[in-house]
Amino acid sequence: MIVTRRKLIGGLAAGGLLGGCDRLGESPPFRKILFSAEQAHRFLQRALTDRMALAREYRSDQMSPVFRTNGTNNPGTPDYQAHVDTGFTNWRLQVDGLVARPLALPLAELRSMPTRVQITRHDCVEGWSAIGKWHGVPLKLLLDLAGLRPSARYIVFHCADRIGGAPYYESLDLVDAFHPQTILAWGMNDRLLSVGHGAPVRLRVERQLGYKHAKYVMRLEAVDDLRRAGRGKGGFWEDVADYEWYAGI
Amino acid sequence: MAKPTERIYRHRLGTRIWHWVNAVAIVVLLMSGAMIFNAHPRLYWGQYGANFDRAWLEIGADARGGYLHLGDRRFDTDGVLGRWRASDGSVRTNAFPGWATIPSGYNLALARRWHFTFALVLAFGLLLFQVASLFNRHIQKDFALRRGEIAPASLWRDAVAHLRLRFHDPDNPGAFNTLQKLSYITVVFILIPLMIFTGLTLSPGMDAAWPWMLDLFGGRQSARSIHFIAAALILLFILVHLVLVLLDRPLDGLRGMITGWSRR
Repeated sequence: MIVTRRKLIGGLAAGGLLGGCDRLGESPPFRKILFSAEQAHRFLQRALTDRMALAREYRSDQMSPVFRTNGTNNPGTPDYQAHVDTGFTNWRLQVDGLVARPLALPLAELRSMPTRVQITRHDCVEGWSAIGKWHGVPLKLLLDLAGLRPSARYIVFHCADRIGGAPYYESLDLVDAFHPQTILAWGMNDRLLSVGHGAPVRLRVERQLGYKHAKYVMRLEAVDDLRRAGRGKGGFWEDVADYEWYAGI
Repeated sequence: MAKPTERIYRHRLGTRIWHWVNAVAIVVLLMSGAMIFNAHPRLYWGQYGANFDRAWLEIGADARGGYLHLGDRRFDTDGVLGRWRASDGSVRTNAFPGWATIPSGYNLALARRWHFTFALVLAFGLLLFQVASLFNRHIQKDFALRRGEIAPASLWRDAVAHLRLRFHDPDNPGAFNTLQKLSYITVVFILIPLMIFTGLTLSPGMDAAWPWMLDLFGGRQSARSIHFIAAALILLFILVHLVLVLLDRPLDGLRGMITGWSRR
């Protein structure tokens, strides 16, 4: 009798507990609880700390000797390759959506705008970090140039790379879009941005994880709702794998 | 049937609720944390650290099988760490095996959802327990070390008593013994707070808000290493705790932590 009970308890502890967690992780009501933690963390961070706090900036002797690439290393499409071959001279950054003045800015114009240089730490959701130097135009300047309409609540970043056929994209709310360290970087470590790191421009949003730092940015779109972009969760990894949209955690 | 005089009220309701809620939270955090580690099973010291940088600890697999590298030393861990067989019979090459992770199959995004949900339970549960224990004088009465208690001779006596499986002062059976106090103080006031703050240091948003954490721990990658080491120490505490419960009238101890009452 005792042995049977022990076996039962042992079985529950080993198979039941583990299998139970896997089943819980798939049950819609429980997932709702698990997924609400993202809002709780975002609310707590935004409520308890300075929304405009700057990410740590490092000295040049603190930079990673090798800054690894991640995600797509080359979009590889004919259109993108044509831009690479012509040094992005025919490329234009589109700024549209809920803006007063849609823009199409050549790379040379972006480079001639006021530049912010920042040595910051890139934190991948996987756990690694690399410190690099980024040169770019503050996103705020572009948004002010285009003139956001009052209904705009998010900025969507449309990219040239596709993963498994789906276009990469990301999005930010206006708190992070207007943050002074949020830049569209055209340079890295005192050189023009390489294809591996997202040429011609990539997003730097220094208080969030790496997958928010969209590479190969082609178009900025101001929207009032994220549900119409991609599959509706505000970003490629959010859509395909349920990563957090707020990646400041 | 035990007479009422032979029973003792060991744990208050608040302590009991916190104990069990915290137990669930810590198990979930350890197991989902193991899955998060699997996404990049290398640890570094300093501000940065990635594949091209030197890792002080790495779990992986090569032609010889699963391994754990600690500095330059290699430990063969085939079958347990680095390379192991999943319950469906397939061979996997993740660091921690499926039976030790939540979820059991590789899924970083879902592990993070589990981790951040139960991190809130852990952190706010600990805060409530600490504040309540200060107000109801649990800390002052039961945790505080009395004069002379940590003298070497006293610690030696307590260690010998443990080896003889004598865990309670016969004159005061409800009190914690010295090693018990020290281990609870270590976990409640050092290890779990260390887990919380090194965990917060992994958040790029919190690093911007509270950059002193980066200075305190020596960088995000150092914080990640300390997070891992503190987790291992908490796991060690849990194992020792469970062994001692089993050695000291386990059913009575369990009853005490559920109803509050246990035998003398």
